[in-house]
Amino acid sequence: MVNNMINATTALKAESRNLNFFYADGKQALKGVNMPLYENKITALIGPSGCGKSTFLRCFNRMHDLYPGNKYQGEIVMHPDNTNILEHGVDPIEVRMRISMVFQKPNPFPKSIYENVAYGLRVRGESNKRMLDEKVEEALKGAAIWNEVKDRLQDLAFNLSGGQQQRLCIARALATDPEIMLFDEPTSALDPIATANIEELMSELKEKLTILVVTHNMQQAARVSDYTAYMYLGELMEYDDTNTIFTRPSRKETEDYITGKFG
Amino acid sequence: MNTATMVQNQSLELTVSPRLAKNVRRNIKERIIEFILMLAALSAVATTLSIVAILLYESLSFFKTVSVVDFFTDTQWTPLFEDAHYGILPLVSGTLTTSAIALAVAIPIGTIAAIYLSEFASHKTREIVKPILELLVGVPTIVFGYFALLFLTPLLQKIFPELPGFNMLSAGIVMGIMIVPYIASVAEDAMRAVPMSMREGSYAMGATRFQTAIRVVTPAAVSGIVAAYILGISRAVGETMVVAVAAGQQPIVSFNPIESAATITAYIVQVAMGDLPHGSIGYQSIFAAGLVLMVMTLCFNILGHMVRKKYREHY
Amino acid sequence: MSTNTTQDSATTHAAPKASVLKDLDAVRAMIKRHKLNDYIFSLIGLLALMLALLTLLTLFTDLVMDGHERFNLEFFTDFPSRRAAHAGLLSAWVGSALVMLVTFIVAVPMGIGAGLYLEEYAPKNWFSDIIEINVANLAGVPSIIYGLLALGLFVYILDLGQSILTAGLTLGLLILPIVIVSTRESIRAIPIAIREAAYAVGATKWQVVYDHVLKYSYGGILTGVIIGMARALGETAPIITIGALTFIAFLPPSPITEVAPFINFEWLSSGFTVLPIQMFNWLSRPDHAFHINAAATGALIIIVTLLMNGTAIYLRYKIRKNIKW
Repeated sequence: MVNNMINATTALKAESRNLNFFYADGKQALKGVNMPLYENKITALIGPSGCGKSTFLRCFNRMHDLYPGNKYQGEIVMHPDNTNILEHGVDPIEVRMRISMVFQKPNPFPKSIYENVAYGLRVRGESNKRMLDEKVEEALKGAAIWNEVKDRLQDLAFNLSGGQQQRLCIARALATDPEIMLFDEPTSALDPIATANIEELMSELKEKLTILVVTHNMQQAARVSDYTAYMYLGELMEYDDTNTIFTRPSRKETEDYITGKFG
Repeated sequence: MNTATMVQNQSLELTVSPRLAKNVRRNIKERIIEFILMLAALSAVATTLSIVAILLYESLSFFKTVSVVDFFTDTQWTPLFEDAHYGILPLVSGTLTTSAIALAVAIPIGTIAAIYLSEFASHKTREIVKPILELLVGVPTIVFGYFALLFLTPLLQKIFPELPGFNMLSAGIVMGIMIVPYIASVAEDAMRAVPMSMREGSYAMGATRFQTAIRVVTPAAVSGIVAAYILGISRAVGETMVVAVAAGQQPIVSFNPIESAATITAYIVQVAMGDLPHGSIGYQSIFAAGLVLMVMTLCFNILGHMVRKKYREHY
Repeated sequence: MSTNTTQDSATTHAAPKASVLKDLDAVRAMIKRHKLNDYIFSLIGLLALMLALLTLLTLFTDLVMDGHERFNLEFFTDFPSRRAAHAGLLSAWVGSALVMLVTFIVAVPMGIGAGLYLEEYAPKNWFSDIIEINVANLAGVPSIIYGLLALGLFVYILDLGQSILTAGLTLGLLILPIVIVSTRESIRAIPIAIREAAYAVGATKWQVVYDHVLKYSYGGILTGVIIGMARALGETAPIITIGALTFIAFLPPSPITEVAPFINFEWLSSGFTVLPIQMFNWLSRPDHAFHINAAATGALIIIVTLLMNGTAIYLRYKIRKNIKW
């Protein structure tokens, strides 16, 4: 199991401890989830529709707080500072400054490409033009889109293609130097070439930060991630390094899902 | 009965089965109904044409007596005097000044109210407030006229003792308050239409509610918001009773709110209340004034339409 | 369920990221500042909202306070008079009722018919586009322009005179867009499936429209009609322009007579006045005593229009809740 994998270079970035989640209508979407998130690694969440993987992902940046009535139970602890980000006293804004998110459908703002990327920095009070220019360029390079847009930074973001918009959203999420990046089915709305670009991007990004990605596409999980978690009906069924999950899963449920018996 | 007898039916001259005959009758009935309904729909077109026709007709007679140049450049509007002048500028300046004051009040308050309602207020608050805003829209304007003349003006006179009993400031402010529900309602609708995914994107970057509302939602809804403003402008320019009651009846070219002045609409009311022989120049003058008003509101409506088209957001 | 054991302190945890830890306090302070903006804005926003709402309250209270001494039965049964204390609303509210009757007859059939045509029959071509543009445009035309139309066309060219008929026609045209739009919206809310089901059993178009579409949408249409009538009740400008008399001490002839044929139409061509005009007239007099009358009338007008609009809004709310397609 996992214990064999622990060595000095696999540091723990965050972990969920006995996480339960209830939607406003009372429905329990997560049941006692305990999962680690290792630094500089890509962890993938897979499972059939409704298994709670997106719900789990959105706990990390307190997205559920936007909709009144939702309830968290349990903890998500960030290291090294040992902060439980689900605690009442912790401001969601603070959490979101450390953990950023890329959504399923690209959602650029009605602004220029430059301003989209600079948004996170401006919101943080950064107004120094040179500083912004630098960070924007760095982020756009990090998202592998710099060359395509460097000559039209003032263009409206809406004019980009779907794949470009998604990379722009990645640049936007990157510009603020987050510790963890959450990806919610980032390529489900994109064509295969754009998908390949983004998968390649994720592999590069993990050197700088930690990635948690939800994906419907098992092959993508197998291609891209270091660790995979299989969820079903709100529970974490199995968690292991990707190779093991896809070749020698421990549980029958996992095997059934992976071999396509259902889902 | 056999088929031959059925054919005696006076509306048909063919040999057809009874069933088909009934179908044809039914078809004719359907066609007639559709025709009647179409006429009803055409009433809208007929109304517009009639308005344009009557305004042009009477204005054309008017311009036989008054030169168009004089109309647009003379700074006096005294059609009922011995020494009659027919310059529309005083009336236009009155309309513009009162409207400007109204918008200076309505746009900030309406926009802020809309942002609050859309981005900050709880669901329950919104459920209560939106119907109330609709109710406000239905309050008759004559009542606001009373308010301006007998409540606000005395109040303002305590602050500005030299304020005349009829003045554009009072009328303008009350008109503004009257327009706030319009602007707030339409602007709020525009903001609610911004998809949640865009807000999530903003919050996910660590923005506060205020930052999201101002930096993301408002720019995203800008075409709807501007359309709301233009609706407000149209409303202000065309408003009659508040200004007729509270702003005054003297046409002067002035942009000073503390003065009393007549708007295009107030003039029309004033003349219509008097005794003007049909066909006289005074009678025709209200149509000329009405034509100018119509053109102004039409321009704003078209502008609003164009703005919406140009800045239509692609979500 | 299989889980991994949580790390104990013996294994390594993530190395602290410099940019985060040292700034954590600064970040927290900045967030606090920004959230203060949140708080301040929500106060201002609430204030703005309150301003709009409270103005109505102030308005109404002012009217009631100014006019309450005239709230008695005589106020409703007296004609206007030169002496303010004896001046009443009789001719005004009777006039309003009769004018609204004509308005209803003009606007409702035509409005519903037009709405039906545009939603159910009109093909999507330039012709129906023009009709739609006109409806949208008319909604934005100032009401006094309708008054000019009425004055030029109805009063003089068609020689209908300064009568109840003219007033009803004018207001009918004025509220026509309201009825049309609400008819269209109510009809649009009906799912296509219901129509298709009706057609599938062989109903003609009119049968589908009458038996199904209208039957399900009449609630929404009623809402629009009520709102339109409330608007018509309060409109002053077009009626002044036609030349409603402001000092009339008589009532239009009664529509119902004792002699056959029991209904006459003389009242249509009668001179008249309406509630808002009466208020305007009293308001325009310098004598303060008449202002009291104006205030009382204003309070009455507000109560009636708010009741009508409130009923319409409530009706729409109830319909939206009850409909289960």
